[in-house]
Amino acid sequence: MDGLLLLEQTFNGLQFGVMLFLMAAGLTLVFGIMDMVNLAHGSLYMVGAYIATTFTQWTGSFVLGILLAVPATALVGIAVEVVVLRTLYDRDHLDQVLATFGLILFFNELVRTVWGPAALFSDIPAFLQGQVEIIPGVPYPAYRLAIIGVGLAVALALYLIVSRTRMGMLIRAGASNREMAGALGVNIKLLFTLVFGLGAAFAGLAGMMTGPITTVEPGMGDPILILAFVVIIIGGIGSVRGAFVAAILVGLVDTIGRAFLPQFFRLFVADSTADAVGPAVASMLIYILMAAVLFFRPQGLFPARTG
Amino acid sequence: MKKKLVGLVSALALLATPSLAADKVKVGFIVTLSGPAGIIGKHMKDGFELGLEHVGGKIGGLETEVIFGDDQRKPDVAKQLVDKMIKRDRVQFVTGVIWSNLMMAIHGPVTRSDTFLISSNAGPSPIAGKRCSENFFSVSWQNDQTPEAMGKYLQDKGIDNVYLMAPNYQAGKDMLAGVRRYYKGKVAGQVFTKLGQQDYSAELSTLRAAGPDAVFVFLPGGMGINFVKQYAQAGLKDSIPLYTAFTADAVTLPAQKDAALGVLGTQTWSPDLANPVNKRFVADFRAKHGYIPSFYAAQAYDTVRFLDAAVAKVGNVSDRDALRAAMRAGDFPNTRGSIKFNNNHFPIQNFYMREVVKQDDGSFTTKIRGIVFPAYGDSYAKDCKMSW
Amino acid sequence: MQALRQPRLLAQLILLLLLAAVPPVMTAIDEPFYTSLFTRIMIFAIAAASLDLILGYGGMVSFGHAAYIGVGAYTVGILSFYGVDNGFIQFPLAVLLSAVFAAVIGAICIRTSGVYFIMITLAFAQMLYFLGISLEEYGGDDGMPVYRSEFGGLLDLYDANHLYYLVFAVLAATLYFGHRLVNSRFGMVVRGMKSNSLRMRAVGYPVYWYRLTAYVISGTMCGVAGALFANWSEFVSPDIMHWVRSGDLIIMVIVGGMGTLFGPVLGATAFLLMEEYLPEILEGTAPGAGEHWHFVFGPILILIVLFAKGGIFGLFGGRERGDD
Repeated sequence: MDGLLLLEQTFNGLQFGVMLFLMAAGLTLVFGIMDMVNLAHGSLYMVGAYIATTFTQWTGSFVLGILLAVPATALVGIAVEVVVLRTLYDRDHLDQVLATFGLILFFNELVRTVWGPAALFSDIPAFLQGQVEIIPGVPYPAYRLAIIGVGLAVALALYLIVSRTRMGMLIRAGASNREMAGALGVNIKLLFTLVFGLGAAFAGLAGMMTGPITTVEPGMGDPILILAFVVIIIGGIGSVRGAFVAAILVGLVDTIGRAFLPQFFRLFVADSTADAVGPAVASMLIYILMAAVLFFRPQGLFPARTG
Repeated sequence: MKKKLVGLVSALALLATPSLAADKVKVGFIVTLSGPAGIIGKHMKDGFELGLEHVGGKIGGLETEVIFGDDQRKPDVAKQLVDKMIKRDRVQFVTGVIWSNLMMAIHGPVTRSDTFLISSNAGPSPIAGKRCSENFFSVSWQNDQTPEAMGKYLQDKGIDNVYLMAPNYQAGKDMLAGVRRYYKGKVAGQVFTKLGQQDYSAELSTLRAAGPDAVFVFLPGGMGINFVKQYAQAGLKDSIPLYTAFTADAVTLPAQKDAALGVLGTQTWSPDLANPVNKRFVADFRAKHGYIPSFYAAQAYDTVRFLDAAVAKVGNVSDRDALRAAMRAGDFPNTRGSIKFNNNHFPIQNFYMREVVKQDDGSFTTKIRGIVFPAYGDSYAKDCKMSW
Repeated sequence: MQALRQPRLLAQLILLLLLAAVPPVMTAIDEPFYTSLFTRIMIFAIAAASLDLILGYGGMVSFGHAAYIGVGAYTVGILSFYGVDNGFIQFPLAVLLSAVFAAVIGAICIRTSGVYFIMITLAFAQMLYFLGISLEEYGGDDGMPVYRSEFGGLLDLYDANHLYYLVFAVLAATLYFGHRLVNSRFGMVVRGMKSNSLRMRAVGYPVYWYRLTAYVISGTMCGVAGALFANWSEFVSPDIMHWVRSGDLIIMVIVGGMGTLFGPVLGATAFLLMEEYLPEILEGTAPGAGEHWHFVFGPILILIVLFAKGGIFGLFGGRERGDD
């Protein structure tokens, strides 16, 4: 394999990783602070993509569409929190799993009824079309570079929010000891709602950015939800830093595995066997990674809470 | 809830009213309707309903009842549906079936029960060869035929150094095997991707590095939308021609648009096929449902016309041998022009090369560019012991 | 006859008797479909009950239990593929293999707890799912047809009633065995670990081994359900190991009432009957509404969580004795 290809695949993995981070950030915050398993997080990703596509069509501008859709998705998230999830905080994880699974079915069907069962058309805006040569001889789609940029910017912004602002302080307080933060007069209810809205906005943003390169269709959030869970488990629940590291790790492992495993197996076995084994192992790779991480660190790489 | 349970039980008892009327045509139609994968099912159901409309709501002139079933794309749900249709509703025909794995799950139980199974789409190889059945008919195609036509086209055009890609599941492997049965040139690379994969960036980078002269992909449904868009976005579409099977059709084109423009694919049908049945079908379909029909819709429509012709010839649905003989005769009015049946009850029909074009109203569709295989039968028929 | 004074035990017996009466009644009214429907329901009930043994009683939420249905089903399927149709070979081997898989997977998973346990069990199930897809010899994703097991002329599983009563017997045995297990000393220890594993460890119990044993028992029982499933569907494919199927099992347990043995049976029944009849009922209200049944099903799940704590079984009055 040559170095240029490896570099290009690293970019691909990075781009996949930052997308996963946008999904995982909200999930891990909600999980860490509210101790809430929210399967409906993937639905917010889907809703974000649909709303952004619709707004883009209305306004004729991709940027305007996203700027409108981010707060709109946050509002959807807040509405879900207030109507359903708020009553579930005191329940055990299983009740939360069941109720939010119900939400997935509901949202998939809602989207299918409102926008129809066919996939929507969503395209890259004109100013991000075409390729950029990351290094001479390796053209790379400009839009994917933009995704990496946006993802890293959001990660930085989130880091600043959590470590430098009052809300971030409350988030950290809530993550380490919820009852104590409440006893000290923090408006936990409001904090939860805001954090949930923030998480929804991130998930929605991930969906919006992914929409133009993949398919805006009902159920599009379900596969990515499982991946996001893998990420926050590897990273350690509640840890934004862990989510970031794990997201990039999963993105790189999955991409590099898909790209090079079949060739790798061809070194040892016949081509036809490699063709059978390579893709199968590549599909399992992130699950093998997760099982391995949990084997050595049962609380993930960066456990946020002790005890 | 106790009350509810009792209510359910009595509801079961109510549903259990025996059906009589032997000369009534009862057809079960199974597709995936609910959930995210429902779009293909919708196309097929819309096509099926238009077919019923065109035969005046009466298959073969007899009173007709159609039972629609939603298989949720789960094999055991499909199996339970056919159980219900055969044992409770007592249908004479089970039709529809989008997915190969669901077809494999129901083929045995249906054909053994002396109910006719008519595939409107799925055509896995085992049931075309060794497991062929006199109670099964396909009005679609055998899975391998479409990629075989593509392989033949590539070979005939002298295209060399082709890169092959398909999802890592049975149909994907069958498709690439189908291409390579006729394409004997150099294979620049062969890649199996994850089923349901959304992002193909890694594969596209590897593909570019391999430097092929042409690319063949089989990526149905949402995977095709993802790939075709990303292929164009990566700037590959203008430099390396893309050949496809089941990757750009009326289900995916509204979401692919310009990214798919000029993409070539083989198929047994296209909206612009110039025969009277097809012209009427396409015009009425667009008027009734408001979108361009796909080959799924056309095949579901043909299923109704196929049953209609056979039942009309026999005049009842109780003489199963006469019905089978009538069905074997083929040449019923259909959207593809001419269909005859092979000894394994799969169609012998034309395979066309189609190209994605943009129409004046801004919508995208496919146009026929030539016949690859005239009156082509599948390669598994020789393994089928049935003869007639 | 203390049983008769306990209304819930009585209700369970009555329901079992009702299940036993399904085939003759359905034969009498000439509706054999319902025999097949309830065969499938009981198979999922066995799987759900086995999951509840560790989920409800042991506090171990396995999000990958469908994998064991797959192991059991593929054991029967692959043996059938090579012409071994003898059920006396197939079933013991299915038991053995699912026990081995559960022991290996469990040995790694039990090290974690809580949500980490949920996800690591999912990870292993996904690995088996993708393994199934890559088994080209056995049909890969398309799956392969299976001939029903033969029991040396004792049973003819192609007779729907024989198959039904075989499944019924296994269900009854599962419930009886489960009842004995959760009330045994072993069961008490596992239940104690759910509420306070630190204390149990302090008292001197090898928590890890108790949990692992419970996990293996549960996975093995689920494997038996898989062997029956292959017989019912005459077909195996990786679809049965998809993570949504594992989720379905969890839903059956919670809807029916976790931490009870009969709850999962009710849950499986309610879940599969809803899946069967909700579309039909909706279709009756408006044409085309049937395919949107998730619209109703989703909120029903939420409402059950919000208002029917303890699931359907909880509505029969109070929680089971000795439950926390």
